[in-house]
Amino acid sequence: MNENLNDIQSQCECVSRRQFLGSLSLGIGAAALSQWWPPSAGASTSLLLPPNLVPRAKRVIFLCMAGGPSHLETFDEKPQLAALDGEPMPESFTRGMPIAQLQGKELRCMGPRATFSRHGKSGQVISSYLPHIATVADDIAIIRSMVTEQINHDPAHTFMNSGSIIPHRPSMGSWVNYGLGSLSENLPGFVVLSSVGGRNPQPIASRQWSSGFLPSELGGVQFHSAGDPVHYVTNPPGISRDRQEHLIAAVRDLNRLRARTTHDPEIDSRIAQYELAFGMQASIPELIDISDESPETLAMYGATPGDGTFASNCLLARRLAERGVRFIHLYHRGWDHHGELKKFMTTCCGYCDQPTAALIKDLKQRKMLDDTLVIWGGEFGRTPMSQGGGDDPGRDHHIKGFSMFLAGGGIQGGVTHGATDDLGYNAVEDVVHVRDLHATMLHLLGIDHERLSVQYQGLDVRLTGVEKARVVKEIIA
Amino acid sequence: MKIPPACLALLLTSAAIPVLFAVSSPITISTGTADTPVDFARVVRPILSEHCFPCHGPNEESRKAGLSLVDFESATSELEDGATAIVPGSRKRSAMWLMITDPEDPMPPPEENNELNLEQIEILGRWIDEGADYTGHWAYLPGARTPVPAIGDSDWAATDIDHFILERLLAEGLRPVPDTDAVTLLRRLSYDLTGLPPATEDVDRFLSDSGDSAYSDAVDRLLASRHFGERLTSSWLDLVRYADTVGYHGDQEHRVWPYRDWVIAAFNANMPFDRFTIEQIAGDLLENPNQEQLIASCYNRLLQTTHEGGLQLGEYRAIYMADRVRNLAEVWMGATLGCAQCHDHKYDPFTMRDFYSFGAFFADVDDEDHIRNPYGGLNTTPTRRAPELRVVTDEARESTKKLSHRIDEAEDQIEAAIADLEPLQERWEADLRALIASGEAHQSTWVDDRLDTGGESSGRWNFVREESIPPHSGELYRKQMSDGLVQHYTHETTEKRITVEEGDLLFAWVYLLGESSSKALMLQCNTSGNWEHRAVWGGDEIGYGRKDKSWAGYRRLGALPPSGQWTRLEVPFAEIGISPGTIVNGVAFTQFGGTTYWDRCGVENVQAAPAAVIETLSIPVRHRNPDQRAQLRDYQANQSEDVIALRATKASLETEISAIEKSLPLTLYTRSLDSPRQVRILPRGNWLDSSGAIVEPAIPAFLGKLAGEGRASRLDLARWLVTDESAGGVGSLTARVFVNRVWSLLFGTGLCPSVEDFGGQGRPPTHPELLDHLALEFIDSGWDIKALFRRLVHSRTYRQSSIPDERSTELDPENLLYSHQARFRLPAEMVRDTLLAVSGLLVDQPGGPSVKPPQPEHYYRHLNFPPRKYHPDMNAQQWRRGVYVHWQRQYLHPMFLAFDAPTREDCAAQRTTSNTPLAALVLLNDPTFVEAARGFAQHILARVPKSDQESIAFAMKKATCRQPTAEEIAVLAELLAESREHFKENPIEAKALLAVGRTPVPKSIEPVELAAWTEVTRAILNLHETITRE
Repeated sequence: MNENLNDIQSQCECVSRRQFLGSLSLGIGAAALSQWWPPSAGASTSLLLPPNLVPRAKRVIFLCMAGGPSHLETFDEKPQLAALDGEPMPESFTRGMPIAQLQGKELRCMGPRATFSRHGKSGQVISSYLPHIATVADDIAIIRSMVTEQINHDPAHTFMNSGSIIPHRPSMGSWVNYGLGSLSENLPGFVVLSSVGGRNPQPIASRQWSSGFLPSELGGVQFHSAGDPVHYVTNPPGISRDRQEHLIAAVRDLNRLRARTTHDPEIDSRIAQYELAFGMQASIPELIDISDESPETLAMYGATPGDGTFASNCLLARRLAERGVRFIHLYHRGWDHHGELKKFMTTCCGYCDQPTAALIKDLKQRKMLDDTLVIWGGEFGRTPMSQGGGDDPGRDHHIKGFSMFLAGGGIQGGVTHGATDDLGYNAVEDVVHVRDLHATMLHLLGIDHERLSVQYQGLDVRLTGVEKARVVKEIIA
Repeated sequence: MKIPPACLALLLTSAAIPVLFAVSSPITISTGTADTPVDFARVVRPILSEHCFPCHGPNEESRKAGLSLVDFESATSELEDGATAIVPGSRKRSAMWLMITDPEDPMPPPEENNELNLEQIEILGRWIDEGADYTGHWAYLPGARTPVPAIGDSDWAATDIDHFILERLLAEGLRPVPDTDAVTLLRRLSYDLTGLPPATEDVDRFLSDSGDSAYSDAVDRLLASRHFGERLTSSWLDLVRYADTVGYHGDQEHRVWPYRDWVIAAFNANMPFDRFTIEQIAGDLLENPNQEQLIASCYNRLLQTTHEGGLQLGEYRAIYMADRVRNLAEVWMGATLGCAQCHDHKYDPFTMRDFYSFGAFFADVDDEDHIRNPYGGLNTTPTRRAPELRVVTDEARESTKKLSHRIDEAEDQIEAAIADLEPLQERWEADLRALIASGEAHQSTWVDDRLDTGGESSGRWNFVREESIPPHSGELYRKQMSDGLVQHYTHETTEKRITVEEGDLLFAWVYLLGESSSKALMLQCNTSGNWEHRAVWGGDEIGYGRKDKSWAGYRRLGALPPSGQWTRLEVPFAEIGISPGTIVNGVAFTQFGGTTYWDRCGVENVQAAPAAVIETLSIPVRHRNPDQRAQLRDYQANQSEDVIALRATKASLETEISAIEKSLPLTLYTRSLDSPRQVRILPRGNWLDSSGAIVEPAIPAFLGKLAGEGRASRLDLARWLVTDESAGGVGSLTARVFVNRVWSLLFGTGLCPSVEDFGGQGRPPTHPELLDHLALEFIDSGWDIKALFRRLVHSRTYRQSSIPDERSTELDPENLLYSHQARFRLPAEMVRDTLLAVSGLLVDQPGGPSVKPPQPEHYYRHLNFPPRKYHPDMNAQQWRRGVYVHWQRQYLHPMFLAFDAPTREDCAAQRTTSNTPLAALVLLNDPTFVEAARGFAQHILARVPKSDQESIAFAMKKATCRQPTAEEIAVLAELLAESREHFKENPIEAKALLAVGRTPVPKSIEPVELAAWTEVTRAILNLHETITRE
């Protein structure tokens, strides 16, 4: 280990936080950066990495298909399930397994309600519901062997986000910002956007983007499509930007006068936060207004400015990525297809397919895909068994095997990884647990998941938890 | 080389790092000097715990080389390979020493990233040389009394506490800073004891009172204020994770606010902490528990719950149990017992068996209704979480008593009226025979002008008579209207029942309004609890019982009747699956949308009397048996107008009583199951694995055993927590944990800085003797909470300035030795309360349902089951104190979130204190605070001002309690002048600003002037000082 690091260590041991900030607070700007949405600390990143690794991704865009899309109608073709359509589900698959809403019901196979074909040079198998994603088949790595541990929506999201269902654990966006800091000076490092459309949208709790026990600055900031884009970012009625500036200047002057008496370093940081807030009041409305995008771009995404759709959010995700936001988390609520699967697959894919493909293409044409990791998937998949009757039955929650895909940020495109059994029930080949997904994501960001840990209530807590997690090297370029 | 994790964090993010991540202070806890032996509990055990226990700790599964360093016996016994880890008295002969100092292959292995530093290695060596004394972990030792240190500089020390503090300061070469000034002191004291800033008059009175008792008078006054309970309750609610919603999935409201009021009342009444403990954990198990004790037992129900469809009963049973274990252990014991859910605790002596045995204490809590039947109509808000308790107010108790008395009277009258019928019986029989002979159909009434069926009813029975619509029958009819589904019903009736005969039919008269027509109407009957008898007219909008094909539970009977006229809806009972002889004891009236008037509902009998009555009539009087005589007498009574009228009176009295009962607030409470659930150890915490051993309730084994026969209860557990160690309890531990919490409220950090964890991975106390001293005095005082507060705030340590001197900044930057007071941003509730109080908007009303201040629209748009619309209180309720604000776990009010209030999903022993632009935006732009600023400005302008400067000084003093400097006044005067000029030129902007909020703008105040002053007050409310406790 080099001498530099030894120096740093000795500094750590004898410099307190107060002193640390106090010494910076002579220059307001520096204190500001250290207090909120901290900038990337380039050199320190390497501390987390084995020396032979370099970060591949700088940021993550997570496209969460909330409700749990069916793998059997998207990326996991199961001809044998089709052959058993309507037949009883062999008990060997389901015995002793957790079952959600089908508890105590008769279990029957339901053949895929989609047709599949090969796409791209790689010949990836993708369903007819996703014609646009099919056009980027060579850019994405499909995982067909995902498993999770939680079979109900709320805990399954919590597990996907924090690797645990124990309350007060940080979500992955917070972990990533904790590990790497933000690249943006006037935007939060973790932004959440959401849209709705499909079957009976399940609730999403703000805990899903909570910083848990990490500093609250690291929590996700929700951007809204209606009302203030960020809570209270708009001036009160009758207050122009100019008036607000005068007010903030007066507050700053008074705070400075007070600091002379109390020598409280927190005052410097308060002053800086007000300046940042004032900056955000200009930068966020500018960011959120996509009407300056070219008609071609809007058409590619299928976005209409201000409509709050997944398409607009994908476009906003690109704008946020351009401005240095580390973790951008999109939720589209509507994928809980217990009934009318065909109808609602059409609806949800109608909302999500084109914008997802557009985002990947747009990032690519802007040379940003290389260092932006895009992840697509739900909190779980859906059963090979049918649920409900009628012409268009649905599928129940399923955690033993489902599909997700990743693109960009060091991912090998055109790859399919893992497999479920013949009926799409259990992941049987190259099983990828949620914690493996987390480990892989962190790895691509240049973080060793075992070293990104924080002591809390006597435990060394990690995003990947205590069980062994594995980086899925097979999908890395 | 090893980078400590905290340093790594600092390097990586340079982020604001709360106490949690603070870099170790340069002052280390004294390791002892040459003549004092090194302290195992404070110094050695933390090193072992951090560096050695991962492989040689209490957890057997992860143990390596068969070596345990947990206690003296195992650490000093010979291992399989013949070595001995610790040979007391000789580091050189100890294998452990050789391993940790091996330059080639040191322990712990480098790949664990957990190396010992040189100082730590030396400490371990000295400890071995000194005999490797293992006393137990400090937190689990009985409290020890230490004489109060005698210190030379006794001029400074005012109380015992100061002697302990000063001794340590002097030992480290530090000195206390001077006392703070009187204004800061009173402001600090007010916040600490009441959560509110002092009023200007209180400040002036305090400043002018030069008497010796001025300070203690202020302390007594503030402790006696009911704001004391409100302030302390906010902190307590963080611990017990109190919130107004269930937390998981649909995050519906649940009913718990009476518990919050109970806590406030308990603190205000200075309920001893031991009783406070027992009543919460086991109030229901006390002998003849009173209502308050049952409300207190709501503690066991405060956890997050769910009824998400498809949940797994076994899984949530395990989740709930773990939640309760985690919470109780953390709140009362400062223990992370929850960590032993999947494996033995890695650092503390808790085993998995301990965890599950502890959980078994809660196995009697009756609360599984909602997870057993998640589809049972629980997607409402508030939702239901059986069992719930109606909280009876004194007023309600009195009214109910009076009504019951009148019911008794009515019953006597009914009896008399029936007796009066006897002479008329012959005549009545004759009339009835004639009627039967005539063969006419006969109708009886279920509901006409009033609800007199008795029993249970639902919905608002709105009997009206509108001018344009004459009633079809009687004087009144019911008006039923809705945008969607609306249903009124009565069931389990006591006064009226229908015994169905062959061919009978149910009818109801309806009148549909043309312009807002209902889409569908439904009549429905209840037969012994079964509602599956429905007749529907119109469309399929009503979802109850709907199936593709008509059936008895959803019989489609064609189109709706024409609007604008009375029509009789009728359905033969047979068509809705009710056979002759069945008793109907409930009818429901349902419609979808629009306005429909409902008049008389009744039964049309094919025969003028029931078959059985006709048969009995044919028997000569002298041949009738007693049953038959009674049958006819009852039937005659049922037809008698006098009896009907009296019964109606009685029914309406009963309705009044049930209305009172229904108006009473519900609260969750604890009800004990007769047979507690079986609790098994779940291997690796896996709820699907039922191979683990069955356990009975027990305290952690290393702490002993509860005395007594039979299954231990929650009451035993609660008493154990507050029983002295000498009597087999852990009273000193409980007292230390609580005293430490109170200390941290008053001094910024705890004497044990990790207030949430007293275990091996927590931080050892900085002043263990003082902590014990205070804990034992607390117990001796009878667990007197106010006395504890009084004791702490009277210390000189408390009254110091919060401005550190240079030396302490350098040597003790975390201020663990208390050479000065703490300064910190106010917690969220206090920020809110301060701004409202200073502005004069605060509504100081205690208790009751939670209040909903305005919040951004659509904030709840991601909630569902049911979809949520926030209905803010637009009246004065919106300005109540923060402790009364609605706590939505999934979407806490954005103002609270921005100021670090916890979501209360689990125990929050310490809040973080962030400093972010989001918080700045709240204070700058949240309409509540813009309105507060305007209220503040109105208050200023309502005075007779001497000058702008004088008014500015007045305003500054209200917010900060102190006189502003001339420079400060000048800054605000300039802002005022600029603002005046601006708003004069832009009066529309002034009006827009003043229009924020609901309070009226007084006509007497000139808008430009008010707007300009509102800018001044906005500035004052945004000052760092205004929201800082110094």
